[in-house]
Amino acid sequence: MKTTLVLLKRELNGYFATPVAYVFIFFYLIAMSLLPFYLGGFYEREQADLQPFFAFHPWLYLFLIPAISMRLWAEERKSGTIELLMTLPVSMAQTVLGKFLAAWMFAGIALVLTFPIWLTVNYLGQPDNGVIAASYIGSFLLAGGYLAVGSFLSALTKNQVIAFVLTFVVGLVLVLAGTPAVLEPLAGAVPSSVLDAVRSFSFLSQMNTITSGVIDVRALTFFGSLIGGSLLANAIVLDLKKAD
Amino acid sequence: MIAIQDLCKDFGPLRAVDRISFEVKKGEVLGFLGPNGAGKSTTMKMLTGFLTPTSGRASICGHDVATAPLEAKRQLGYLPEGAPAYGDMTPAAFLDFIADIRGLAGATKAERIAKVVKQVHLEAVLHQRIETLSKGFKRRVGLAQAILHDPQVLVLDEPTDGLDPNQKHEVRTLIQEMAPGKAIVLSTHILEEVEAVCTRAIIIASGRVLFDGTPQELAARGPLDTVFRKITTSGSATNQS
Repeated sequence: MKTTLVLLKRELNGYFATPVAYVFIFFYLIAMSLLPFYLGGFYEREQADLQPFFAFHPWLYLFLIPAISMRLWAEERKSGTIELLMTLPVSMAQTVLGKFLAAWMFAGIALVLTFPIWLTVNYLGQPDNGVIAASYIGSFLLAGGYLAVGSFLSALTKNQVIAFVLTFVVGLVLVLAGTPAVLEPLAGAVPSSVLDAVRSFSFLSQMNTITSGVIDVRALTFFGSLIGGSLLANAIVLDLKKAD
Repeated sequence: MIAIQDLCKDFGPLRAVDRISFEVKKGEVLGFLGPNGAGKSTTMKMLTGFLTPTSGRASICGHDVATAPLEAKRQLGYLPEGAPAYGDMTPAAFLDFIADIRGLAGATKAERIAKVVKQVHLEAVLHQRIETLSKGFKRRVGLAQAILHDPQVLVLDEPTDGLDPNQKHEVRTLIQEMAPGKAIVLSTHILEEVEAVCTRAIIIASGRVLFDGTPQELAARGPLDTVFRKITTSGSATNQS
C-alpha cells in the first residue's frame, strides 16, 4: 500500500513537473465550459440542470483521456526507466495500480476544477444537486474506465503517438456502441440479448443512465470490471514484454 | 552471493546467452568483458530479474530471482545500461523517490542520501532536472540510485561509460572502497578497468564464457587488447572454462 502511494506520488508529480499539465487543464476547462453554452444550448433550454455539460463528457474524453494515459507506459519504455522500475523491489500490481491511480487522480483534479459551471447553474436556478453529484461521480468513473483501457494500450508500445491513437480508436468504439449508428444496423441481425450486451458496453448508455441521477449496481459493476480487466491485461502485457 | 546456473536466453532464432554459469562471492569484483552484442547486458538483465531467462536460474543472496523476486531485488543495487532515470525529476527528488521505494525513512534516509550524494559528487546539480544534466552526471545519478540502500549485491552495466578520466578514476576508487562488503558485477569495454578494479574477469562472446580467471592470469598471456582479440575472435569452441 505504502509503495503504491510512493509510486502514485511520483507519477502525479510527473504530470505537474512540466507545463503540459497546466496547458492540458487549461484547454480541458475551456472545452468543458464553452461546449455546453455554444453547442449544448445551456441557456436556451431554460432548465436549471447540467445535462448539456455532462452530455459532452464522453466525447471530450475521447481526446483528453488518451492525452493523459499515453505517457503512462510508453514513456517508461522509451526512456528505459521501465528497467529501473522493474528491478526495484515493487510488485507488478503495485506499479500498475500506482500509475493508474495517479492518472485517475489527475483526471479527477481537472474534473473538480469545472466547479464554476455548477456554481453558475445554482446561481441561475434551483437544480437538483443530487443528480449533479451523481453525474460528477459518473463522469469520474467513466474517466477511470477509459484511463485503465488507455494505460493498457500504452503498455503495448514505446511510442506515445501510437498509444494516443490506439486509445482514441478503442474509445470511439466504446462510445459509439450505444448510438443508433451501431445499434440500428444490428437490430435486425442479432438477438436482442446481444443487442443489450452491446448497448451495455457503451460509454454513452452508461453515462445516460448516470446523468439521469441513477448510479446503480450495473454501472458500478461495468466500470469496476472495465478497470479491473484492463489493469490485469496491462500487468500481463508488461510481464510478457518488459524489455521490448 | 550471486549464483548463475546454465543461464540461456533466446531472442527468436538467436541464442543471445548460451549456458552461462558463474558465482560471485562477497568481496569479489567481477569484470564482465566482451565485444558489443556478446550477451553481457542480457545476462545482467536476467540476473536482476528484468528479463526472464529461456532456461537456467539466477539467484541473489540465496533468493531465486524468478520465484522470490522481491526478496532478491531488496538485496540488489542495479545500474542498468545507459543509466535510465526520470528526466523530469531533480537528482534530489529522484533519490528521495528511490529511498521511499527502498523503505528508507527518517534520519537513516537523510543520512544515506547525503552520503551517496557526497560519494558520487552530485552536490552541484542536486536541484537541476536530470534531463538537463551531462552524460557523466546522469551516470552518477544512476550510480547513486544503485548504492543508495547499501546493497549486498551490486550489478553495474558500464558504470564508467561517458565519464571523463578523472571521473572514471573516482568511480573506480568508489567501487574498490565498497568491494570488501559486497559482491559486485560490472561490465565494461575498457580492459584497463578490469586490471584496476576487478578481482576476477569473465570474457564472453556470442553468449558463451570464453575466459574465467583473475586479471593477472589474463595479463600473463600478453598485452590485454591482443589477448582479448585473440579470445573473442578465435571462435566459440575453445577454452571454455
